[in-house]
Amino acid sequence: MQYQNLFTRVQPVGPTHAGVELPAGNSERTGEPLLVHLFGRLGNAQLGPIYLGGLGLVSLITGCLSINIMGFYMLASVGWDPIEFIRQLPWLALEPPSPKYGLRLPPMNEGGWWLLASGLLLVSVLTWWARVYTRARQLGMGTHIAWAFAAAIWLFLVLGLFRPLLMGSWSEGVPYGIFPHLDWTAAFSLRYGNLFYNPFHALSIVFLYGSTLLFAMHGATILAVTRYGGDREIDQIIDRGTASERAALFWRWTMGWNATMESIHRWAWWFAVLCPLAGGIGILLTGTVVDNWYLWAVKHGVAPSYPEVLGNAVDPSLAQGAKP
Amino acid sequence: MNRLTLRLLGSFAVAATALLAGCERPPVKTDQLGYRGTAMQQTHNPRTLAALEQARPTPPVDVPAIPDDGGPRAGKVYQNVKVLGDLSAADFVRHMNALTQWVSPEEGCGYCHNLANLADDSKYTKVVARRMIEMTRQVNAQWKPHVADTGVTCYTCHRGKPVPEAIWFTAATPKANTQPMLGNDFGQNKAIGGIGLTSLPYDPFTPYFLGKDTIRVYGTQALPQGRGTGASLQTTEQSYALMVHMSESLGVNCTFCHNSQAFSHWQPTRVKAWHGIQMVRELNNDYVVPLTPAFPANRLGPTQDVAKVYCATCHQGQNKPLGGKQMAGLYAGLQAAAAVQVADAKGAAAGGAKSPAPAKGK
Repeated sequence: MQYQNLFTRVQPVGPTHAGVELPAGNSERTGEPLLVHLFGRLGNAQLGPIYLGGLGLVSLITGCLSINIMGFYMLASVGWDPIEFIRQLPWLALEPPSPKYGLRLPPMNEGGWWLLASGLLLVSVLTWWARVYTRARQLGMGTHIAWAFAAAIWLFLVLGLFRPLLMGSWSEGVPYGIFPHLDWTAAFSLRYGNLFYNPFHALSIVFLYGSTLLFAMHGATILAVTRYGGDREIDQIIDRGTASERAALFWRWTMGWNATMESIHRWAWWFAVLCPLAGGIGILLTGTVVDNWYLWAVKHGVAPSYPEVLGNAVDPSLAQGAKP
Repeated sequence: MNRLTLRLLGSFAVAATALLAGCERPPVKTDQLGYRGTAMQQTHNPRTLAALEQARPTPPVDVPAIPDDGGPRAGKVYQNVKVLGDLSAADFVRHMNALTQWVSPEEGCGYCHNLANLADDSKYTKVVARRMIEMTRQVNAQWKPHVADTGVTCYTCHRGKPVPEAIWFTAATPKANTQPMLGNDFGQNKAIGGIGLTSLPYDPFTPYFLGKDTIRVYGTQALPQGRGTGASLQTTEQSYALMVHMSESLGVNCTFCHNSQAFSHWQPTRVKAWHGIQMVRELNNDYVVPLTPAFPANRLGPTQDVAKVYCATCHQGQNKPLGGKQMAGLYAGLQAAAAVQVADAKGAAAGGAKSPAPAKGK
């Protein structure tokens, strides 16, 4: 039981730490730090202080506005009935304008709120990105986190901005809603002839599943050597030959080759980043460059052909004298 | 493990159980339909199927057909017989009795007939029933590509109830949709039945089963044929909603009719379904909707429209209604194509609407 790591087993309690000094021009970190035992079970027990800054403030305000537009719109769509709002919440949505408006500005109740909420959300996401970038720089870190986040923003922008622009209609955007965005996804594949034949969709899935595999391998490896202090960086440095080397040897012996303490994170970073990057390319090409991925795959010899075991049939509407 | 850990684990278990409550309890069985490895399969749960079977009423026992003795026709023996008049008098009575068993076993003959004068057309139900017999004949005679030789009787839809259970009305436009500011649901995103548990458009029936909007949305060429030429995603969702209704009505997966590689591919089951869609359009437009004036207000829907037919009306959860039981074979009166022309349905309906309407059942 001693090395089961479902929750943090030892929580050192000491004076809270405000963090390193910030360069001139940065606003103060806000909030008196405190220790929360429950948080400590999952991660670090210290809560706060937080760096808000101008970018963070803009991001929070626009983000809150955007989410509130979505929420109140959904509430209005059930006649302002709070019980119905909770009961039907997974079904409710803020829909993009209908196709007849193209890229023009629709009336507010015809998709105008969708455009407004999308715009605000975009500002919120981009300012949060800038904040992630500058915070990393101010701490003297690399900007890997910001670029990984940018990969996700790329997919978000393709779905809600780039592709609708190329298709010439805001109606191509994704509705904001729990089930509605899932139904949209399924409809997207139905409309464009089976997205599984989209090679970028396939790549995206490779990186998605690959990410989970790498994450599981890495997480399991480190947890497996915590009994030798594998989770504590300082022990890695002064106590070579125990945890890290053991973990590396394990993989070399089981699969012949192993990552290093640095490269495993590079592998994971690229897999995670390439998932939305490849996916975004796949979405951007759909409808703009390819209209039916199955037919595209047939054309290029990608789609396999199977025996017609259910019997042959032709489109009955083409038969002579067929009723419409 | 200390108490806090246990408590945390406990709440995690409770949350996980709550999430699982939305799932269907196993077993889920899979039958392979198509070529191996192509996901052409049907899933079903024997437990829920058995429960459905249990809930299904037992069809009334058919009285064997009475050999035609060449005697006088029903139209001569009885007054005001407009549709089944070419039957022998004895077989006509057998048909009438069967009809009662199929449609109004509790209410009896009086549900449609004025018992003091059976020839009287004053009850709207009689006017409707007459047109429905013609509809049944049309289905059995003209829609063999869909109903084959199994055919349909009144029972296929009615199942012993004056109003079939699975019917649809055109959805009323919610108030918020026409307001200037917000709340427009675009006719979708509601927890309303008929389209499974999806948030897809909740009335795909009016455009496709009353109107003749194009259901096919997939691209017909590998590459786009110019901007804005294909179906929009909104149209796709509407079409998808109709397909979910078909899947739910028949108790089958998409792959019962569609090829998992390409939904555009044709296979025999999809051809049968295609004929079904054409049939439903005809039944609604030529038989059901013209009867609207005949119905009393309490039978009409939110937009003052008549109850209409869709896949579930006959299928009721089975890909072959009533498990493929032979329906029309014993009833000559339901098989001949409408031999006797009926007076204009609207005219007859106008008379019926004035009569007092029974308000029972719905």
